[in-house]
Order: sequence, then C-alpha cells, then structure tokens
Amino acid sequence: MTEERLIISRKTNNRFFLMIAIGVVMLIAGIIFMAIGGGAGHGEGHGEAHDVVSWSKRLIVNLWLNNVYFSGIAVTAVFIVAVHYVAYGGWYVLVKRIPEALAYYLPIGGIVMLLLFLIGRHDIFHWTHEGLYEVGGPEYDPIIAGKQGYLNFTFFLIRMIIYFGLWILFARLLRKNSINEDMYGGTTYYDKNIVLSGAFLVIYGISSSTSAWDWVMSMDTHWFSTMFGWYVFSSWFVTALAATTLAVIILKQNGYLHLVNANHLHDLGKFVFAFSIFWTYIWFAQFLLYWYANIPEEALYFIDRLGGNNGHYKAIFFLNLIINFAFPFLVLMTRDAKRQMIMLKIVSIAVLAGHWLDFYLMMMPSTLRAESGFGFIEFGTALVFLGVFLLVFTRGLTKASLVPVNHPFLEESVHHHV
Amino acid sequence: MNKKYILGIYDDEDILLDAIEKIRAAGTKIYDVFSPYPVHGIDDVLGIKRSRLPIAAFIFGLCGMSFALWMMIWMMGFDWPMIIGGKPHIALPSFIPITFELTVLFSAFGMVWTFFIVERMIPTFRVNVFDKRSTDDKFVMAIEVKEGVTDMKALNNLLRSSGAIEVNEKEVVK
Repeated sequence: MTEERLIISRKTNNRFFLMIAIGVVMLIAGIIFMAIGGGAGHGEGHGEAHDVVSWSKRLIVNLWLNNVYFSGIAVTAVFIVAVHYVAYGGWYVLVKRIPEALAYYLPIGGIVMLLLFLIGRHDIFHWTHEGLYEVGGPEYDPIIAGKQGYLNFTFFLIRMIIYFGLWILFARLLRKNSINEDMYGGTTYYDKNIVLSGAFLVIYGISSSTSAWDWVMSMDTHWFSTMFGWYVFSSWFVTALAATTLAVIILKQNGYLHLVNANHLHDLGKFVFAFSIFWTYIWFAQFLLYWYANIPEEALYFIDRLGGNNGHYKAIFFLNLIINFAFPFLVLMTRDAKRQMIMLKIVSIAVLAGHWLDFYLMMMPSTLRAESGFGFIEFGTALVFLGVFLLVFTRGLTKASLVPVNHPFLEESVHHHV
Repeated sequence: MNKKYILGIYDDEDILLDAIEKIRAAGTKIYDVFSPYPVHGIDDVLGIKRSRLPIAAFIFGLCGMSFALWMMIWMMGFDWPMIIGGKPHIALPSFIPITFELTVLFSAFGMVWTFFIVERMIPTFRVNVFDKRSTDDKFVMAIEVKEGVTDMKALNNLLRSSGAIEVNEKEVVK
C-alpha cells in the first residue's frame, strides 16, 4: 500500500477565501440593511408591532448557531473514529483520515464559542440576566432562580472549557498516534488508540448530552427535555456522517482515494440512512410525549415552533421532517442508491442542509421569536463558517497520507466486500 | 425421471472459489454449490442474480402501513369514535407507533414466508441432499449430466484439475 497525499491547489484555497469574502460582504450588507431599518429578508413588516430585534442580537445568535453546528460535526467526527477503534472496525480504515481531519475545526470552534459567550451571552441566553435572580425584584423568576446551581456564568464557562479541552486533547492524541503509526508501523499505536477511544466514548457520551443542554436547551430556559441530549447528538452524528460521505465522494471524484470502492460507499450510505431514521425516532419520541401529555410548560416548545410566533416556523417545522427523514429514507432505501456517488452526494448535501435547519429550528424561536428570517445575515454567517471549516479541514487532510499505510486493518478495508 | 449429477467435492473455500471461476470459464454450467456455511463472494463467481426479496419486503411494509392506518382511522374515527386525552378522533401522531410496528411486522413475516415459498422450504417439499458432508466440512459442487452431450471424462479431469478431492456421480429421483 502506498501513501497518497492530497494536494490542495492555490485555486481551491482561493475559492474558500472567496467563500469567506462573499460571506463577509453579505454580512456587512445585512447588518447595514438592518441597522438602517426594515430588517433584512423575512422579518420585514412585523417590525412595528413587536420589539424589534437588533442586528447585533441576530448576528450573535447566527454565529452561535453555526458554531454549535460545525463544532458538533468536528467532535462527532472524533466520535466516529473512536467508535470504530473500540468496535475493531476494519472497513472504515480507507476513509478514516476524513473524520480525523474534520476534527481540526475544534480549536477554532472552542475559541469562537468562548468569545461569543463572553461578548454576546445576554443576546443568546435569557438566564444570563442578573435581574432574574433578585428575590422580590421586578424581573425575579423563581423557576430560573431554581436552576441557578447549574446555569450560572462561572460553571457554564468552566464546563465549556472542560468540554473543548477534553475534546481537543483526545482528538489530538488519536490523530498523533495515527500519524505515528504511518511512520513507525507496528500495533502499539493501534492498541493505544483503542484505550484512548474507550475513554473518549465515555467522555463524549456525557459531554455531548450536557453540552446540548448548555448550548441549545438552556436557550429555552424554562423548558426541559430528557431526550434533548440524544436529540442533538443524533443530529450531530448524522451530520458528521454525511460530511464524511460527501468528503469521500468529492475526493474520489477528484482522483484521490482510488482504493475506496462502492462497498465503502455502501457502508457510509447505510450509516447516513440508519442514523437519519435514528434522528427521526428521537425527534418523534420527544414530540409524541409532549404532544400527548399537553402540559403547558412542556408543550410550549412545540407551540413556539408550530402555531406560536404567528406560525412563523410552521413551514420549517415540517420541512425539517421531510428533508431529514422522508428524503434520505426513500432515496437511500435501495442498495443501488447507496452504491452510486450521485445519489449519496445529493442525500449528503440535503442532510447537511437539513440539520443546519434543524439547529435553526432549535435556536431561533427561543431567541429571535418571530423576528428571525433568512436574509443576508443568515447566509453570510453560514458561508463564512463553511469557508473557514473547509479551509481548516482540507489543511488537516493534507497533513497526512490519505491512506493510513500501517493500520493493522488496512488490508481488510481494501478487500472490504458487502 | 432420474437425473444424473456429477459431484465435485472440495475441502477449501478459496480453492472452491477459484474452481467455480475456472469451470464456468470452461463453459460448463454449474447446477448448484452446497456449503456448510455461507461463503463470502460465492454469489458473484456463480453469477447468481441478486435476490428481489427487498422489493417484496418494501411492498409488505407498505401493506402493513396502510393496514395499520386504515384500521386505526376506521376504528377510532368511524366505527366507534372515542375521545382520548382530549385529542381529535383521528389523531395521527398517536397512530404512528402502531403503524411503525405493523409495518415492521408485515415486512418481516412477509419476507420470511416469501423466502420459504421461493426456496421451497415448506415441510412437504423434498429437498435433495447430494452429499451429506456438505452439512459438515466439505463443499459440494453439482453439475448436471446430459446424456450423450456431457463428456464425462473431460468433466472429471476438469474437476480434478481445479482442486476437487473427490468426484462422484449421483442419481436423483425427481
């Protein structure tokens, strides 16, 4: 087996920079439109009756949304690698370097999230307002005050640093061993990574849930769901799988990864298919109970997203289900669809966009209420993050051979057959 | 009517796979190959088309889904309407779990029965066992002999040269 190095041409790199530049221009345009008045895109017209959302709030919520989405892809990519180590997975060895490289976004995600929390926490999280905790004060909220032991500035910050610290540490260690294995061979690095992966899975199992409570669920401060950690995890997982699949296909179409064949694509397709269903299962398990019991404080979440907010989110609510369940379920059902690049590519892109929309639906109703929309700010932020993510990801890919030449299961992966 | 078969007995999986390719390349039609366990990749070398069972499964699943929805909508909405938990008579979200269960049940049972019928694994059907060792540790390749057409000696040599440890003849009563 020979090494295979990815070369990112200047042109491709420039394309990513162009993406970022366009994003920034759109952002500035969006901010100017909003600052002058009127508001960009969808939110127009409602402005007078409700409190008008400032451009800075809309910008910060959008930044937070994209950062949670992309950091989720990065950390869940480490999870994919770890799962396959612990399960002695052989088939994935040829595509292993892609999730490894996806994790390169983690440090940036951590810094951006830290800064956003420090600067814009009042725009994102209702519970950060001091007045809520003053007994007898005009804004005193006994329910939120009861959650103060967990939801307070210091503890939140400590948790965020711990999550990112551990995630980055394990991503680095797993990657380092993997690269050392390329150079020195033997099974010692493999054995080390199995131990590391086991530890990471435990950490990820806890931190994926708690980070979902912290970063997403606490936006609806009154509301709670015991399914929420799983819900966000399933969304991240299927997104990371779709990102891996899409990257494999694009690399293959550009002449790399020549050892990867339809059998590997088939397994990736099965993963995307299966975890789209898994996401739907979690989504429905959460919805059904709240819909059936119809207890006001619980049903509020779905009221905000269906009839509430002037029905602002109704279309997105159902589109979310169609694009993330019905579409991958029906399209990827047959064996042939999973083995064809074009089908997989379409579904991966749909799933990536669909789960971005899923996070949009988790965050926007609780922060911007009926004032959110799809304007320059939304697309601009998404483009900037996508550009940065691709830049970091491709740089990570070029740092090592695309084929892990000394992985003990490489031979098995090359002869993988479904 | 009796049918005659030539049986090539193999004791190694890889030799068997090579042998199948060699024998098919020589233009001999293989009736079937019997093995104690599923051999990976044998379908491809034998040129067996992929099973259409998944299509059957999909159709059974659709039947199960429609049956479940029809049943609950008719029962709860028309035959004996009841108010449960203040919900409308036809409350689709509460029907989803049962719809899911019946879809799975119908497609699973439908698949099993279709498989049994297509493979003739119903108790009354007689299944020919060419060589009992194919249920233990040997692979058995059966080639049908057509009287006057098949060159027995050449076939024997072909099987031997492809790695068969034994070559037998067997007559089967149809």
